[in-house]
Amino acid sequence: MSSSPSHIHDFTVAQLASKLRAQELSAVEVTQHFLARSHAADNLGAYLAFNDDFSLSQACAADELLGKNAGGALTGVPFAHKDIFVTKDFPSTAGSKMLDGYYSSFDSTVGNKLATSGMISLGKLNCDEFAMGSSNENSAFKPVLNPWDHKRIPGGSSGGSAAAVAARLTPAATGTDTGGSIRQPAAFCGITGIKPTYGRASRYGMVAFASSLDQAGPMARTAEDCALLLSAMCGPDLDRDSTSLDMPAEDYTRNLNDSIEGLRIGIPKEFFGEGLAPDVRTAVDAALKEFEKLGAKLVPITLPRTELSIPVYYIIAPAEASSNLSRFDGVKFGHRAKNYADLTDMYKKTRDQGFGDEVKRRIMIGTYVLSHGYYDAYYLQAQKIRRMIADDFQQAFKACDVIAGPVAPTVAWKLGEKSDDPVANYLADIFTLPASLAGLPGMSVPAGFGEAKMPVGLQLIGNYFSEAKLLNMAHRLQQATDFHSRIPPTLVEGA
Amino acid sequence: MSLSPQDIARIANLARLELSDDESARILVQTNAFFDIVEKMRSVDTAGIQPLAHPIEVIQEVALRLRDDVASEPNQREANQRTAPAVENGLFLVPKVIE
Repeated sequence: MSSSPSHIHDFTVAQLASKLRAQELSAVEVTQHFLARSHAADNLGAYLAFNDDFSLSQACAADELLGKNAGGALTGVPFAHKDIFVTKDFPSTAGSKMLDGYYSSFDSTVGNKLATSGMISLGKLNCDEFAMGSSNENSAFKPVLNPWDHKRIPGGSSGGSAAAVAARLTPAATGTDTGGSIRQPAAFCGITGIKPTYGRASRYGMVAFASSLDQAGPMARTAEDCALLLSAMCGPDLDRDSTSLDMPAEDYTRNLNDSIEGLRIGIPKEFFGEGLAPDVRTAVDAALKEFEKLGAKLVPITLPRTELSIPVYYIIAPAEASSNLSRFDGVKFGHRAKNYADLTDMYKKTRDQGFGDEVKRRIMIGTYVLSHGYYDAYYLQAQKIRRMIADDFQQAFKACDVIAGPVAPTVAWKLGEKSDDPVANYLADIFTLPASLAGLPGMSVPAGFGEAKMPVGLQLIGNYFSEAKLLNMAHRLQQATDFHSRIPPTLVEGA
Repeated sequence: MSLSPQDIARIANLARLELSDDESARILVQTNAFFDIVEKMRSVDTAGIQPLAHPIEVIQEVALRLRDDVASEPNQREANQRTAPAVENGLFLVPKVIE
C-alpha cells in the first residue's frame, strides 16, 4: 500500500491485470514466475497438482489477446483451484485417497467462467478431504502449513487456497464454503475471502459435500480482487445446477468506493460472549472502530440461536454428505479395494480404505440421522431450526444494514492440537455456521493480529444478494488499514 | 441418548463401511460426544415451523426446476472410463452378482 511492489508476486490481481493490459508484463512471464515460486514452496503443502505445459498454453493464448488490446479485467492473471473443482487438465482428488489419480471428463462451471475471462490456472490446491474440516489436517495427502507460522494450521477446508494466497504463490484462488470453509482459512491466513449468497455461483463440477450449503467463492489479498473474481465466477447455470439462482451476473466492483457514512452495522451479542478469545476481541473491536471513523454506526442486535447452529449444521451437512458420498462405491471412478468376496464386500472394503476418519465419522452420523425412526427427530428438526435461524437474521436486518463480528473464536491453532477431538473442531465453527445455514453472503477481512502475531479476521454478513455492499465495506476498511498487505514473516527470509 | 456398539455395526452396514474394531470403538466414543451437543436441539419447540431446504425460500419462492428430458451431453464414454477401476469393452466391471 505504502510503497509500490518490487516483485511480480507482490502485485494484486487488479495491479497485475492493469500491467498485463499495458503490456508491461506478459502473461507467460507472470505465469512462469508464480509456477517457479509455487514449485519451490513444496514444504508448505499448498499444492496437490500442477500441469505447467497447460498453464503456459493458457498464458500464450492470453498474451495473444493482450497483444491485440483485446484483454478483459482478468486476462492473463493466474489463479489456482481448490481441488474440489473438477478439471480436465489436472487430476481432481477432493483431498481424498478415494479419488487419487482421478481425471474428470469436464470442467466445473466456475472453472469455465474463469478460463473464459482469460485467467490462467496454475494448479490444484490442497484441502480437507471432501471439504470436511476446519484445519486442513483431514487432507489424505499432506497437511498445509500456515505461512504466518509453520507450526500452525492454515484453517480449512480451503486451507491450501488461503496458504497459497498468503504465501504469494498465486494472486488468487477459488474456495468453497459449506460451513465457513472460505471465511475461516482466509481469517487464519490474513487474506480476504467471500462466500456469496447460496445459489449465486454454480455448483456444477464442485465435488458435492452438502448440496444445500455448498457455495463457491474467491480468496485473494484484497476486497477489490475478490470483487473482480466474484464478478467472473457468478451467474445462472440453470440447466446444470438445480439450485442455481435465475439472476443475472453482476459487476461486484461497482460500489467499491461508495461512502459508508450512516451505514448501520449490527453487532450480535452472541458473537462477543465468553467463548471469544480476548486477543481476537481486541482486534475485532479495533476494526469496528475504523468503521465508525468512516461514518458507520454500530447497532446492538441479537441472533439468539447462534449456539444451536452447531448441532443443526452438524446434522444437516453429514446427512447430505452421506447421501452425496454414496456414489463412491468403487465402480465408476476412484479407488477399488483389491481383495473382496462379493459386490457388497467390495463396496465396504473400498469405502473403508478410500475414506479418511473424519469423512467416515460424518457418513456414520449422516446415515444414522436419516435412518428409519430417526429422520423426524434429527434431520427434520434440524431443517426446522434452520428456518428459525434464517428468520432471526431477517429480524436482525430490520435494525441494521450489515452484521459484523469475529470469523472464529481464536487465531489459528497449532498443528495436531485438536486433531484427536472432532467435537472441539466443530465448536470452533460457531460464528461461521449461522450465515451458512441461512444461505447469506459472508466475508472475512484482515482485521489485525492476535496471540503470537497471528492474523485475525473480521466477518461481515449481509442480507441476500448484498455482496457488493460487503465488498464496498471491506474495500473502505482496506483503504484505511494495511493489515491485508502485511507480509508473513516466513516469507521474508529467502523469499 | 447413547449409541451402543450394535448401533455402530448397524449404521456401518447401512453406510457400506467395513470398520475395524478399533475404528468402531473410536467412532462410538466420538459419535456419542457429538450427540451430547445435539441434545439441546431436540428440545427446541418447532411446532408449526416448515423445514427449510433452499435457504432463499426465506425471502422468495424458489421453484425447483427440471430440465427437458432430452440428451444434452455428448458421448464421452472413453473420457469417463479413463480412470475407472475396471473396464472391458466399454463396460464397467463389477463382481458377479447373479449365479
